[in-house]
Amino acid sequence: MSHDRLALEALVRAQLRSGRGLSRRGFLRGASLAGLAVGAPSLLSACGTPAAQQTEASCQTEDKSATEKTLAISNWPLYIDEAKKNGQTVYPTLQKFEKESGIKVDYTTDYNDNNEFFGIVRNQLADCQPTGRDIIVPTDWMAARMIDLGWIQELDKSKLPNVQANLAESLRSPSWDPERKHSVPWQSGLTGIAYNADLVDEVGSFEDLLTRSDLKGKVTLLSEMHDTMVFLLLMTGADPEDFTEDEFGTAIDRLGEAVDAGQIRAFTGNDYAQDLVKGNVVACEAWSGDVIQLQFDNPNIKFVAPEEGLSLWSDNMMVPNQGFHKANAEAWMDFYYQPEVAAELAAWVNYICPVQGAQDAMTKIDPDLAENQLIFPTSETLANGYDFMALDTKTEQKYQQMFADVIGA
Amino acid sequence: MSVAQFGGQVAAEAGGPGAGEVEQERRRGRVGYLLLLPGLLWLVIFFLVPTVQLVATGLYDPNGSLDTGYAMTWSFSNYWDVLVQYQEQFLRSFGYALIATIACIFLGYPLSYAIAFKAGRWKNLMLVLVIAPFFTSFLVRTLAWKSILSDNGLIVETLKTLQLIPEDGRLLATPVAVVTGLTYNFLPFMVLPLYASLEKIDPRLIEASKDLYASGVTSFRKVTLPLSAPGLVAGTLLTFIPAAGDYINSELLGTPQQRMIGNVIDNLFLVQLDYPAAAASSVLLMVAIVCLVVFYVRRAGTEDLL
Repeated sequence: MSHDRLALEALVRAQLRSGRGLSRRGFLRGASLAGLAVGAPSLLSACGTPAAQQTEASCQTEDKSATEKTLAISNWPLYIDEAKKNGQTVYPTLQKFEKESGIKVDYTTDYNDNNEFFGIVRNQLADCQPTGRDIIVPTDWMAARMIDLGWIQELDKSKLPNVQANLAESLRSPSWDPERKHSVPWQSGLTGIAYNADLVDEVGSFEDLLTRSDLKGKVTLLSEMHDTMVFLLLMTGADPEDFTEDEFGTAIDRLGEAVDAGQIRAFTGNDYAQDLVKGNVVACEAWSGDVIQLQFDNPNIKFVAPEEGLSLWSDNMMVPNQGFHKANAEAWMDFYYQPEVAAELAAWVNYICPVQGAQDAMTKIDPDLAENQLIFPTSETLANGYDFMALDTKTEQKYQQMFADVIGA
Repeated sequence: MSVAQFGGQVAAEAGGPGAGEVEQERRRGRVGYLLLLPGLLWLVIFFLVPTVQLVATGLYDPNGSLDTGYAMTWSFSNYWDVLVQYQEQFLRSFGYALIATIACIFLGYPLSYAIAFKAGRWKNLMLVLVIAPFFTSFLVRTLAWKSILSDNGLIVETLKTLQLIPEDGRLLATPVAVVTGLTYNFLPFMVLPLYASLEKIDPRLIEASKDLYASGVTSFRKVTLPLSAPGLVAGTLLTFIPAAGDYINSELLGTPQQRMIGNVIDNLFLVQLDYPAAAASSVLLMVAIVCLVVFYVRRAGTEDLL
């Protein structure tokens, strides 16, 4: 028999007696059996998830800093001074740190979004597994959640003399970490209002943003619940640092009215910047650091601290559980609390520098920036900043849902 | 050996195979399964297990939270709850996806037809142009639409001059922008399968219909269209399914009033950390799409595509 015939014969036979060869039905049966066999263990594990809460006893981390001179950092993009050297991006202050301490730093900019990053590390941290990171830099409310879940190691203050001495007064005792036992601010910023002075008169308050008819459909707010609700709470007469569920409900209703009236065009992340430049949006809720960047191109984009009050936030360096180089991490934190280093960083990053004394150091680098109120606000300005009440996860979830219902997500 | 002889012999053998041949056949069957093993494993690990996990998560106790954990309580009510709570976004997603798919057909069919029959030596170039947008990311392309449709942009200004939209009107942050974005982003998925099936049509069939005195319209209706149906069905599915689950276009080009179910799932999962509701919504979306697809394919009479 020829070779071709063999193949053809097999085919015909399979057609004639379906079930014995590799018919479709047989294949499906076999496949589902194989699927069950492999799927069964995961079926069992699918029955519920364990609690994510950790305690110091349940999740202990060994510090290997003495033997391993390495440090892995996850930070936000564009959040450290950069320079070009031989066509490659280098970080001058980081290199200085490596040289002084002998610690090799693995610096990655994979912290793009608080919620997204939480999703990335959630399973490991809930299970007390290493995330491969020694420093992460969450924003206040996310830092609060992680500390609350017991996912963050306590810092050794004796190793942080510069931080002790130079941390700005107004940042020393946030409601969620009153003694700064777990966190050290990396950079801070203000949330306020940005508007395009070419297109519209000064917008001084959230009341203006939400009611002025010349702004209708040309206003964006931030999709970040904490950022936006601070101002809505202030508008409706509540204290963002201590409010009840009813007060939150009233503030949400106020926001809902503005959304239904078509006053608010969208709720955004960083992308409001593009809309503001293009003129799609004439006024919006904005972060101070972004606005400084926009002002380099268009000085008519203004940032104002709303009449209702100021919202001061920080992104905080923290050492997660199973980050094995805490002492190295503390050396890093302390290094950046030297005024000269802090000024060098602030000159590039343009956010609010949390380090006292950096303003003097800045005059040597760039006197203009040293005078910039958005990088070195007066201490009175900072003292008036509100932060958001620390919430337990269940309440947080409820408020997030109420907010999501209004912003339509 | 002639074909007729061969057929006869096979039939005879089929009547009573020897023991050795049965054994040989079994082995052949086993080889078949072995060859399937890598694919099967892939499917089990990356499709079956996650799907089971997703369906199960949808049944967790809705009162659980991250810090206390989620117990398996077989809460089938989760599914009903999200359906009721987010019915608006579900319906909107299918509505937008439907409009975008129809728009893709009207834009894509003439384009594919032109590429397949009229492009001549430009054929390859045109195909490359259809695929070219894929060289940049989905996100960047959608952001580009933000510029194209922006309030002070050329398109809006032109439409205002033509009095097609009111003086204070806009395109961005409206349903029009979202559907436009969806149509643009998924158009190649309509064009490519349509082109593939149009290109395969034997031109002699069209000539034959002309010989039988069919007009251009009739021969299109009776010959070209039915023969391209598989491509049309495949194109519709490839456009509709991802469009219904998309959330980028609504996020970037829309407002809160244009949120689709994809945005809801994204928010439930990442922001609200309501995993049972997020999982239940995802499963419902998948089930709804599968039902719609099966219904559509049955109606279109192209089951053999599946």
